[in-house]
Amino acid sequence: MLPFRYGPLNLLFRRVRNIETNKTSQKPIIEIKDLGKTFRPKSGEVKALEGINLSINQGDIYGIIGMSGAGKSTLVRCINLLEKPTSGSVFIDGQDISKITEKELRTVRYSVGMIFQQFNLLMQRTAEKNILFPLEIAGVDKDAAKKRTAELLELVGLPDKAKAYPSQLSGGQKQRIAIARALANNPKILLCDEATSALDPSTTSSILKLLKEINQKLGITIVIITHEMSVVEQICSHVAIIDKSKIAEDGEVEDIFRNPKTEIAKKMIFSEGDQDPVVMGKNTYRIVFDEKSSSDSVMAKMVLETKCLVNIIHADMKNIDGYRFGQMVIQLPEDELSAARAINYLRSHQITVEEVGTHVG
Amino acid sequence: MWDSSMTALIVQGTFETLYMTLMSTLLAYIIGLPMGVLLVTSDSEGIVPMKMTNKVLNIVVNITRSIPFLILLIAVIPLTRMITGTTIGSTATIVPLVIAAAPFIARLVESSIKEVDYGIIEASLSMGASPIQVVTKVMIPEAKPSLIIGAAIATTTILGYSAMAGIVGGGGLGDIAIRFGYYRYETGMMVITVVLLVIIVQLFQEVGMKIAQKQDRRK
Repeated sequence: MLPFRYGPLNLLFRRVRNIETNKTSQKPIIEIKDLGKTFRPKSGEVKALEGINLSINQGDIYGIIGMSGAGKSTLVRCINLLEKPTSGSVFIDGQDISKITEKELRTVRYSVGMIFQQFNLLMQRTAEKNILFPLEIAGVDKDAAKKRTAELLELVGLPDKAKAYPSQLSGGQKQRIAIARALANNPKILLCDEATSALDPSTTSSILKLLKEINQKLGITIVIITHEMSVVEQICSHVAIIDKSKIAEDGEVEDIFRNPKTEIAKKMIFSEGDQDPVVMGKNTYRIVFDEKSSSDSVMAKMVLETKCLVNIIHADMKNIDGYRFGQMVIQLPEDELSAARAINYLRSHQITVEEVGTHVG
Repeated sequence: MWDSSMTALIVQGTFETLYMTLMSTLLAYIIGLPMGVLLVTSDSEGIVPMKMTNKVLNIVVNITRSIPFLILLIAVIPLTRMITGTTIGSTATIVPLVIAAAPFIARLVESSIKEVDYGIIEASLSMGASPIQVVTKVMIPEAKPSLIIGAAIATTTILGYSAMAGIVGGGGLGDIAIRFGYYRYETGMMVITVVLLVIIVQLFQEVGMKIAQKQDRRK
């Protein structure tokens, strides 16, 4: 947990960094165009995905978040064509992979690693042999493969577990081996399908840290499928919110968090999925602080200066992509004049204020 | 009634039984293993769906499995003569044994491979594995403990079938049991052969289970 010192400075750096990232990442490494996927089981048909357009730039950590059944797992499987889309196309590094042969597709897959919720390690192979597996598949020569395996075990911090079988490892360790395995062929992209959903919170954050490290050190683009907003907040630079087979909203995590436009986005940000819904009365507003404003005592000052009595309904702190944000749900007095004064005061201090409906979450 | 020729007969019978059983198991696996794999991979949910192949294979397996072994034994006599040049003795018995056991083994293999978690297969596909690689590097190695248990079951079943072949002069312990114990009312001889068969079955089963347990890394 970072303290708020250097708040304004941090924001400044972030701006600068954003400009830089934009400059280096103009070419999307993954581009999804008008993608649709319809399953046709015996009874009727199920539209899993509809009209999906996404563009993921090199070096991004891109979160795809949605409730269960929204279609996010299908979407990630369309990126490496484990699921064949019914319509639309998927471009990896400029190549339309929905139009290539099976053999060419296999070569593309060497450069797209994937990890899973249930780890999916080969149970009859040791950790080391699991990492060796993709290298065997790609036909890498034995000595080089051995060397690479040792490097990867080092990278994920488990060199002493080389000879252990998956059944002898903990969940977090299994996922680390799975990550090492996914990185074996030096992929450009790493797909994570609910990779932390089977792990406890502290293991989750250590795995997320490792992913972030991999992204920064190796420049690998990471796509993260999750149903937990906290995962997106912790490491993602961009996010797409998927709801009922469609993308409801996408963009930089910071922007979406500061100013969610759709109902589903608000729901994801508020409720974290597992809390009780927050029931609100009239005149309810959601306000978002960034690092600068959260270090001033803005709320207290507002109350003193505007003499407007606020009722705090809900408040919490979020760490988004390494930057802290506070969010608060407040109820303003019925008196329109003092409510307007309060809103103006907050807005003039660069705080995002938006009215929320009577029921969120 | 007992003399050294009897002992020689029993020793010879034991070897014939082992020869028939092991040889048939081996040959039946050469046919049954790929069949079992194909049953899984060609399924509509499999890694290389092939609707027609799967259907035909299923029908062939079911038909062969539903013919009683004794009937099959007699029905394939022309084929047996064509392949081995004779219709009596242990080598001749191997032909019907293989025909009867291969589809049975195919089903055993199919169920063992289906036990492999699909997630593991999906993971290997995501790494760019070809169907052949999925079969040889994932399905079979991951199903190994279960396949070994299946092999023990197959071997003991084939052993039971081989004893039945005694009816048509197939050789082995079953043949002795029928000729001496059944036709000549020599109960002692029958008891000895039956006890020997029980011991051999126990041995195969135990050894199979032990190896399977040792190979199982899932626990």
